[in-house]
Amino acid sequence: MIEQLPAIQLLLTLLAAPICSMLRNGDQSWRLATIVSWASVAIAGALLHQVWGGGNDISYHMGGWPPPWGIEVVVDELTAIVLLLVTLFGALVMTALRESLSTIMRHQRQSLYYTSFLLCMASLIGITLTGDAFNVFVFLEISSLATYTLIARGRDRRALTAAFRYLIMGTIGATFILIAIGFMYMLTGTLNMADLAERLPEHRDSRVLHASFAFFTVGIALKIALFPLHYWLPNAYTYAPKATTAFLAATATKVSLYVMIRFVFDVYGVEFSFQQMQLGTLLVPLSLAGILIASLTAIFQSDAKRLLAWSSVAQLGYMSLGVGLLNLNGLTASITHMFNHAMMKAGLFLALATMIYRVQSSQLTSLAGIGRTMPLTTGAFTVLGIGLIGVPFTAGFISKWYLITGALDKGWLPVAVLLIISSLMAIVYIGKMIDVMYFKPAPEEFSNVREAPMSMLIPCWIFALLTLYFGLDTRITAGLAGRVAANLLGAS
Amino acid sequence: MTSLNPAVIFLLAGLFTPFAAVDVRRYITLAAPLIGLALLLLANHGDHGQIEIFNLQLVTYRLDKLAFVWALIFHIAAFIGALYAFHLKDATQQTAALFYQGAAIGAVLAGDLLTLFVWWEITAIASVFLIWARKTDRAYRAGMRYLIIQIGSGVILLTGLLLYNKDNGSLAFNHLGLESVATWLIFIAFGIKCAFPLLHNWLQDAYPEATVTGTVILSAFTTKLAVYALARGYAGTEILIWIGATMTAFPIFFAVIENDLRRVLSYSLNNQLGFMVVGVGIGSEMALNGTAAHAFSHILYKALLFMAMGAVLYRVKTIKASELGGLYKSMPWTTVFCIIGSLSISAFPLFSGFISKSMILTAAAVEHHTIVWLILLLASAGVMDHSGIKIPFFAFFAHDSGKRCEEAPRHMLWAMGIAAFMCIAIGVYPQALYQILPYPVDYAPYTTTHVITQLQLLLFSALAFVFLFKTGLYPPEVKSVNLDTDWTYRSGAVAIMKPINTLTSRLTQSAFGGLHAMWLVSIAALDRVVGPKAWLSRSLDSTGMVAATMGLLFLFLLLYLF
Repeated sequence: MIEQLPAIQLLLTLLAAPICSMLRNGDQSWRLATIVSWASVAIAGALLHQVWGGGNDISYHMGGWPPPWGIEVVVDELTAIVLLLVTLFGALVMTALRESLSTIMRHQRQSLYYTSFLLCMASLIGITLTGDAFNVFVFLEISSLATYTLIARGRDRRALTAAFRYLIMGTIGATFILIAIGFMYMLTGTLNMADLAERLPEHRDSRVLHASFAFFTVGIALKIALFPLHYWLPNAYTYAPKATTAFLAATATKVSLYVMIRFVFDVYGVEFSFQQMQLGTLLVPLSLAGILIASLTAIFQSDAKRLLAWSSVAQLGYMSLGVGLLNLNGLTASITHMFNHAMMKAGLFLALATMIYRVQSSQLTSLAGIGRTMPLTTGAFTVLGIGLIGVPFTAGFISKWYLITGALDKGWLPVAVLLIISSLMAIVYIGKMIDVMYFKPAPEEFSNVREAPMSMLIPCWIFALLTLYFGLDTRITAGLAGRVAANLLGAS
Repeated sequence: MTSLNPAVIFLLAGLFTPFAAVDVRRYITLAAPLIGLALLLLANHGDHGQIEIFNLQLVTYRLDKLAFVWALIFHIAAFIGALYAFHLKDATQQTAALFYQGAAIGAVLAGDLLTLFVWWEITAIASVFLIWARKTDRAYRAGMRYLIIQIGSGVILLTGLLLYNKDNGSLAFNHLGLESVATWLIFIAFGIKCAFPLLHNWLQDAYPEATVTGTVILSAFTTKLAVYALARGYAGTEILIWIGATMTAFPIFFAVIENDLRRVLSYSLNNQLGFMVVGVGIGSEMALNGTAAHAFSHILYKALLFMAMGAVLYRVKTIKASELGGLYKSMPWTTVFCIIGSLSISAFPLFSGFISKSMILTAAAVEHHTIVWLILLLASAGVMDHSGIKIPFFAFFAHDSGKRCEEAPRHMLWAMGIAAFMCIAIGVYPQALYQILPYPVDYAPYTTTHVITQLQLLLFSALAFVFLFKTGLYPPEVKSVNLDTDWTYRSGAVAIMKPINTLTSRLTQSAFGGLHAMWLVSIAALDRVVGPKAWLSRSLDSTGMVAATMGLLFLFLLLYLF
């Protein structure tokens, strides 16, 4: 049983999805989906426990076919932490989803929604687990398709255009990645990642490989919303149904970042990617531009969801910057922030969704004074916001600390200064929301809004408490990330 | 148990107060400083509360002789402040005060820069609520400016400590010195909080706008915390002597012409800080002792003066010198206490200011800083004029304003009484204070020369005040000249200072007006670029996004293939 865990992790959600669609009752399918997602959390925890400490990676051969012929599933520490991220935050959002969904969707439709949700989760798990390059593409497509339906379910008509644009951009991104994988297959005749990593160095001067790398970086840059390819993100996040945004913000872009790290460091190899192809020189300026421009844009937004979406673009910039720094602290920051940001942003979007559940609008003006009518939700929001700014003893501080140290290790003082400036911008945009929520008088029609139901409040506070917890205990985040980073860099 | 950080008591009390009943809340604010004080006195000197966070060794509670002086006076000030604010029903102010006081104590007891930074930011955030609690629009704006500057100081501190950690691999908060970019940044962060010249405006801007009780509490902690940080990190840094000397001198001019008596006190606060900064800059054992002693006595008499002015504001509802006068009939006790505070700040023999300030002056003389010594002497005369005479004279005597009111509430009188008693007690029996100073004290304040010099200085500046007032040159409304011992310059100086004053005020007005206009224009410009409807944040349609993608692909292909 234990050795079958990687396969169970994937199949559990994948098989639960069609069952969910067959249940015509929304509540029943919610129950099934919730149980399945919490079971996945347990499996992810067990996998993390097995590989903890490094050096005991799991390699599982699908159907008993040994690699490179069969499909291999590889679990190392990085895989395990991403699995935990996807399942845990997915499950928390799923738990809060029922209340939120019941107001915007007819009962029968709900089960289809849970189906897409589960499919999306399954495909993200698949991307993370697989050791086969072509499989990555397949699961990327599944996740994109599921995400389109999730976004398009938004009540706002603009959700349709947002989903359509995301469809186009997502398809282009996936196609580019497919082209990149195709080129690699052309050169080596293999699709297994470990096998590719062994065979690619002998083709390092081949034009085909260079083109493959270009297609891959642009394709994945689209997926992680690297500036200037981020335009699909704010709209998609803003118009998606409220709780969906929490799930997407936490997982989709993070898993893409994981794919990027896997390919750039393991498949193409550090030396090829960064010395021959100079990925760093492209990644660092684009990330910095993204961080600053997106933070600045966030400050000027009048819609809370859109504000947080822009902040996501900026925060993703932190992660790609950490990769671009190519040193131990930078990469540690990247992986740590992947986890921490997923947690904080999912929490923020969820708390926001909880407020929107009551006031039915995400405009900042309608959230005025909500600190008095919904004190518990706003309290959770404030804690998470403080975490996002990066105040000490919250999770956000840990990742920023490593990132700035990474920049200083490189001797790039201006970059460190820019990071501090972007933190100040974060103070402004989070401060702006908190100021509105606590200090502005509530509009007439919302003056007797009630506190949110427990089923939404508890997940919000779990996110908030986790933010505080991971600000103090960094063994699972920075400790693991440090080992993984040393491993990735040492593999060169 | 005795290694429990007293700051924790304040934080716990602060967390509890918002949920307690009104009567309970008052006693909590009184009890927290007492429990904290007990913990402080019982604790052994040394490092406590060591924790390790991601490979950083933090010492959250370090008690040594230097920290002890500050921690002690902070507890006393917290108690007096709580007693003075006993009438309050406002939970916000009580909670904010507890957090603020606790954070200041925690910062003084911090053994590393990261812990210091955390408390540093909490003092900033908690204290602003004491300003906002006045609930006027002016207070809101002043509080916002104050908050931005204080948070800015914290961010600079954070940058500095990150760099410092990288350079030295340690965050221990000991002597830093101006050796690298990192320590310069930390120095500037401390300097902002210490209201260095040109970085000082937040103080006079914000303190007079706070509530009656808020100003009393604010005046004790923030700046003295900064002095402590300087004494710990930058003792003996030459530049501080000159910064300090400037700080003692320039606020006098503003204090003399200012009409709002609490703002006068804010300027004089700045001037008193100057003495301490000079002491830190000299850095000899006697100078550091003087700094610690002066911080101790300064907190007491400054709080006393702010309490007296607060009581006037509380009863009369105004604190404009031009609208006050003749209040000694209505508020006799307050008058007496205010005069004791004035005598202390002016450093009359037998009052607390005398025994601490003279240490710094002597230290300057011993180290042969003659010019600095002269500036300090001149500044002492100025203090006598604006805080020693102007404050009690215009509030309680001068021409009778006809205002009649009740005496201050009893708990306020008690708070003032305790502070006044301590001012005199320290002045009469300085050994009590000298015993707890960081270094052994070999200094006798009451020598004939000291006493005579000081009395001469004080009496001559009193004479100057009387002369100017009688000849009609010293009405509060008219912008006038500073008075120093060398009063023969005064008639010429009036003629010179008046146009200079007008000119500077015009210049600052136009400069700040210009800055404000520029700010508005740049905000509008930014709004056009990144605002909700601007091109950068507008969503591109699919064509645009695809074009961007293709562009980037071509760029990458070009780079990689050629």
